[in-house]
Amino acid sequence: MTLRPYAAARRTLSIVDKLYEINWGMVLLITIIACVGFAMQYSVAGGSWEPWAAKQVFRFLIGFVMMIVVAMVDIRVWMNIAYPAYFVCLLLLGAVEVAGHAGLGAQRWLTLGPIDLQPSEPMKIALVLALARFLHGLSVEEVSKPLRLFIPLAMIGIPAGLVAIQPNLGTTIILGLDGCALLFLAGLSWWWILPTLSAAAAAVPLAWRFVLHDYQKARVLTFLNPESDALGAGWNITQAKIAVGSGGAAGKGFLEGTQSRLNFLPEKQTDFILTNFAEEFGFVGCIALLILFAVVIGYGVQTATQARSQFGRLLAMGITLNFFFYIMINGLMVMGLIPVVGIPMPLISYGGTAMLAVMFGFGLLLSVHVHRQVEIPRHSSGII
Amino acid sequence: MPLFDRKDKSRYASFTRRTLMLSGGMGGVMLLLAGRLYQLQILNGSQYMTQAEDNRVSQRLIFPPRGRIIDRFGVELATNRRNYRVVIVAEQASQGVEAVLDEVAKIIQLEPRQKERVLREIAQNKKFAQVPIVENLSWDEFARLNLHLPYLPGVQPDVGETRAYPYGAEMSHLLGYVAAASRQDQQNDNDPLLSQPGFRVGKRGIEKEYDAQMRGVAGASRVEVNAYGRVIRELSNKTGLPGQDVYLTLDCQLQRYAEERLGDESAACIVMDTATGDVLALASTPGYDPNWFNVGITNEQWHTLISDDHKPLLNKALSGSYPPGSTFKPAMALAAMDNGLEDLQVFCTGSVTIGNHTFHCYKKDGHGHVDLRRGIQVSCDVFFYEVARRLGIDRMETAARALGLGAPTGIEMPGENDGFIPSQAWKLAKYGVPWQLGDTISAGIGQGYVVVTPIQLCTLAARLASGKALVPRITHMVGGRLQPRPLPSPLPFSEKAFAAVRDGLNAVCNEPGGTAYAWRITQPGFEMAGKTGTAQVRRISKEEHLTGVRKNASLPWNLRDHALFFAFAPVAEPRYACMVLLEHGAMVAHPHVQMARDILLFAQQRDPVRMPTAYPLQSARAETQGEGT
Repeated sequence: MTLRPYAAARRTLSIVDKLYEINWGMVLLITIIACVGFAMQYSVAGGSWEPWAAKQVFRFLIGFVMMIVVAMVDIRVWMNIAYPAYFVCLLLLGAVEVAGHAGLGAQRWLTLGPIDLQPSEPMKIALVLALARFLHGLSVEEVSKPLRLFIPLAMIGIPAGLVAIQPNLGTTIILGLDGCALLFLAGLSWWWILPTLSAAAAAVPLAWRFVLHDYQKARVLTFLNPESDALGAGWNITQAKIAVGSGGAAGKGFLEGTQSRLNFLPEKQTDFILTNFAEEFGFVGCIALLILFAVVIGYGVQTATQARSQFGRLLAMGITLNFFFYIMINGLMVMGLIPVVGIPMPLISYGGTAMLAVMFGFGLLLSVHVHRQVEIPRHSSGII
Repeated sequence: MPLFDRKDKSRYASFTRRTLMLSGGMGGVMLLLAGRLYQLQILNGSQYMTQAEDNRVSQRLIFPPRGRIIDRFGVELATNRRNYRVVIVAEQASQGVEAVLDEVAKIIQLEPRQKERVLREIAQNKKFAQVPIVENLSWDEFARLNLHLPYLPGVQPDVGETRAYPYGAEMSHLLGYVAAASRQDQQNDNDPLLSQPGFRVGKRGIEKEYDAQMRGVAGASRVEVNAYGRVIRELSNKTGLPGQDVYLTLDCQLQRYAEERLGDESAACIVMDTATGDVLALASTPGYDPNWFNVGITNEQWHTLISDDHKPLLNKALSGSYPPGSTFKPAMALAAMDNGLEDLQVFCTGSVTIGNHTFHCYKKDGHGHVDLRRGIQVSCDVFFYEVARRLGIDRMETAARALGLGAPTGIEMPGENDGFIPSQAWKLAKYGVPWQLGDTISAGIGQGYVVVTPIQLCTLAARLASGKALVPRITHMVGGRLQPRPLPSPLPFSEKAFAAVRDGLNAVCNEPGGTAYAWRITQPGFEMAGKTGTAQVRRISKEEHLTGVRKNASLPWNLRDHALFFAFAPVAEPRYACMVLLEHGAMVAHPHVQMARDILLFAQQRDPVRMPTAYPLQSARAETQGEGT
């Protein structure tokens, strides 16, 4: 059998080829989900494009163009800029600590000219890129070697630590989950995984004592017993449950939700946007939305398994899992299954940086799909 | 050199395997979310729907205007007036609340105490809540503030309603007052209005008696509110019912004259229509300003009221109880007439010994020969000792109760005292000692255990004048409905007995030697008949009887005897009954008799019962006349 290692790699795709190769079904699904988001921004503003819906549409359009452009760029290019991108994001995160400004009790924002940037959002994508790049070069056996493992752990740990001191518990968790999932997918030995999980379980009381901020502890405590402080910190949980529950089977109808519109919910346009959707469209609407999300995730998994390069596989799965962790944490949070952490619902919550980061991620996912036939040698630096 | 790594195959296999595991995990989490949604929205959906609705809708009560209190000629005695006030909304006070208040203080008087209260209430309330700065502004002040409004951000003018009593203290005991509902009020009454800040309920007097009718029914406005309680829009509106007006039988002019005539004394006066029992005046002095309670009484004011020995908070006409003294004698005389004692003659030596106890007449030298008519005229104690001894306590009690003494008259006002007429059974039950003859003798001159209220004595006067069991009534119409007015039943005494007693009462006032002769009504056609009385408030010892009872004028005010006098007029055809009580007022000049004289003369000359009333009196007349008298 003639081995033609460069056959696929050498095959140059024209722009038209690449456009043809884009998974337009997934693009359509993403657009539909984003439209649900616009409708919700319109609804929580009391039936108005201002102040959120119009901006959100504008950001989505920018993100959409960016996604298509990103999808057309060869994944080897992405592989090449993975480390620089990671370091830029790391610098920005460091800059937030020095020069950032606070919003809602946490220092998360960085002002760059006219743009307010939340560097923790692009960091998630950059971390996935950089880890995929690094793990691409390791065999299954190498991944589990302590000296090799130290590097990816540091790559995860440094940004997670920087985000944690902002403090931004939600993003810290997501960065950690993304990183661990990629290590797992790269073939990390169970001999590492099981003891680490046990140690993590043992560390919970220590984290409680030394790491968590008072407001985070309060959230956990009130989560465990929301009625203890129904008008204070338990307010979010109680009101979110009321909003979701009161939607019933079929919902109250578009623009008929009262809980979010009447300000019973904090962060109604961002983290708690799903409650408004659940209130207005009920169980039927929520299940439909979950199915949309599940299909997008399915496309992501499919893309990952079809990619011929380890970088592509890890990148696709990393992006997909990142998307999934958002949905999971936000969903569990607004339904009162986990304590409140600041994680938006991707594509639906209001927020510029998060929207662009998610769209950029989808762009990378599509790029992996478009360039799924590209093979990249394990020791290649990724240069075409 | 193969550039494609062979080891990639094992990586790919491991990757695919683990991807499947993660996909399974993701699917599991998705199912968990779906299950949670099912639990929240399908299983518990209706419960959360109720909670969401509770969140959203808030009910605001709209105060109904309180019913007015109006006298028989349409004069408003208690009404509602516009309450000009200014409120401040903290979130709109862009210069800061304190700065704005300082500006307000330059325009109208604003005490530091008021300022502190405003700041305190602002701290306790939501930023958009209206907190009153000052209430009950004069029109001038209100207009001045309105003029400056553009420079007072956050300050808003507001017009509410407040209870007003145009005659102030003159009607205080009669009308009562309104004040914020106490916790007890709220427990006894589940009307949601009571828990509203600023709402007032009737306390004391007519305000209390007809509070339910005058209160009206609250209107309600269902509004949608947001999480901060701010009203977003009105969903529905239910109009309430205004409170009902209460028409009294009272004559405002006569009431004011009576109050004025009683002056600063600790006294009470009631004037009744002897044909119907309508109360035309019901005065008790001193009074208090009912407006104090409405706006919230200060500690200082409250202390003034409760420390006054003239008891301005006590409605003496209804709630004060006194030994009737000699005013009890006509009742005894009436019983004597119908119990075979019409020809009783007694020789008064100034005292009489019954059993082993000596009973004194107030006149140390005695009255000499005394019959029933003279006994009433000169109020001879020894005569009535004998009457009492012969009647016995059982018949005395029956007669006194038949005349309305010792039991509430049933006038439509709260706080009426029962008074008391003793009986044999009562004493045995209470003290475990049988009734003594001495108790009967004391009761015969209205002392001992006998206690009555001024309204009972006025009722006695009206019953003696009319011969019918009249009941005092003070309300004629409530909310357009005439009040039930039972026809007076006849009294169980003969007409002959009534005639004899009236003759005696006439002699008291209009024949020389009568105890009230010096202060009779001299205008022809207006003459009154009545009975004086003195109620001891201290014990007179045996030694004092021997050395001479001290004159009241020489005693401190609070040890002097109470003075009582009831009368009716005109003698020939009685129409007005009047009762005056003067606490610690038993003086030689008989000021209480002079008061009654003047009030009765004023009543007759004004003659309110024959003037056209503001309400249909005819129907009530017809009922009264249905008896055919």
